[in-house]
Amino acid sequence: MLSNLDEMAARIGPRMHVALPVDYAGVAMAMTRPIIAHGAGELHLVCVPTGGLQVDQLIGAGLVHSIETSAVSLGEAGGAPRFNQAVKDGAIHLSDATCPAIHAGLMAAQKGIPFMPMRGLIGSDVLRNRDDWRVMDNPFAAAGDPIVLIPAIRPDVAVFHAPMADRFGNVWIGRRRELAAMAYASGETLVTVERVVDGSLVDDEMTAAGVLPALYVTAIAEAPRGAWPYGLWGEYATDVDELKRYAVAARSAQGFADYMSEALRVHP
Amino acid sequence: MSAETLPRELLIGTIARLLEGVRHVAVGATSPIPAAGAMLRRALDERNGVPAARLSILGSVRHNFFTNGSAELFDAAGQGRIDAFFLSGGQIDGQANVNLVGLGDYPRSEVRWPGSFGSAYLYFVVPRVILFREEHTPRVFVKNVDFISAPGVSSPEVYRPGGPVALLTGKGLFSFDRQRPGFTLDSLHPGHDLMEVQEATGFDFAHPANPPVTPALDASTLGLLRRQVLNELEETYPAYVADWRRDLAGLGEAH
Repeated sequence: MLSNLDEMAARIGPRMHVALPVDYAGVAMAMTRPIIAHGAGELHLVCVPTGGLQVDQLIGAGLVHSIETSAVSLGEAGGAPRFNQAVKDGAIHLSDATCPAIHAGLMAAQKGIPFMPMRGLIGSDVLRNRDDWRVMDNPFAAAGDPIVLIPAIRPDVAVFHAPMADRFGNVWIGRRRELAAMAYASGETLVTVERVVDGSLVDDEMTAAGVLPALYVTAIAEAPRGAWPYGLWGEYATDVDELKRYAVAARSAQGFADYMSEALRVHP
Repeated sequence: MSAETLPRELLIGTIARLLEGVRHVAVGATSPIPAAGAMLRRALDERNGVPAARLSILGSVRHNFFTNGSAELFDAAGQGRIDAFFLSGGQIDGQANVNLVGLGDYPRSEVRWPGSFGSAYLYFVVPRVILFREEHTPRVFVKNVDFISAPGVSSPEVYRPGGPVALLTGKGLFSFDRQRPGFTLDSLHPGHDLMEVQEATGFDFAHPANPPVTPALDASTLGLLRRQVLNELEETYPAYVADWRRDLAGLGEAH
């Protein structure tokens, strides 16, 4: 159960579907360079429900074939430069979504059912460009009432960062329930944590309610400040200056390559 | 107290007015002016002794109720537990269609923006959606958007308790008529005139012959804003608040 970054990165194979969390939930940034070094390509990314720096770097490194997301940006630091360039070049296949559709797809997978219906979307170009989504009439309504069906999203692997895990593989995710949703839906779950504690997190009711149990966790690696330059809730703030530095550097492919080789030597 | 109001304070005060009577308002990420408007609404409700608006400010720890992950906002909205929300757009057209995806042909957008976020859902289920875009230019307010992230209106068979009620820009305030459908200019901010707004807007809109001026904030409201709201906002938007304080110092209003 206790592993390290390189071993975990090696579990990601070519063409896998990889679920990654929104920037404020706990992004395993410490896994980004090991994943790039391992080099499995043709990945399909599922952003839960939006993507940021990690997604941009995996795209910049040429590992991404396709992406399902509700947005990709660097937040306060602006647009995601390698994502935007890849869109312009037609280098990645886009499945634009809306946040609750991604949650609905994961929820269907969590329940082991083929799809989840959801409101909204009708008349949007988001729906018009999704040939994998369907519209049907609500079978319980007297007449009409079209509703969209979102197929289950079953990623091969989910990757995220959390404050702590115990030696038994339980991970404390607090109120960031989207991390649990990712794990429930995915075949494997790889987690980096700030620290590994000795006692069992499920022995104490105060921590147990916020635990993702070991049942859903494949491997854990310790990575202090592992979300940097993103922040981690309750632990440390986002390093916006570093995000801005990346945003400027990664405007060109060469600038991106320089940043990534330099950043390998820099520790937060 | 100086009667002078900063442009951003007029926008915040106008948002607070548009939120009158809401039980629960949610504000998305990177939205300091809507967040401040929601906080001012709550402060005004408390001052007036009426049930205060509840706030869910994304990105805030203190002014946020959610404990069930990023899906909870959408679940709450789907049940009608959120009365008001804000949307913006890289483009917004006269039918209140919103484009958050990009310019040119999809998918290979010439200019790509982040994406639709929750708009394609929240626009349908939140009753009072306020469109907010400070930049009022023909490149933003277009005849037809290049990509519909979320449509302004829907045909009658589509479930749609929600939708746009107003559009607030740096030049004026519009209301939206879902029946017509279309925008009506309700008021002009101080220093702007009708012809200027028509030239800056790529779609036609209804308007009175002589549109009134957007009402200024009274001294008591301005006081609440500059003391309580400014401090509440700082947790989530420190850089924005620092900038605002610099503007106030420029007015001779430094505290």
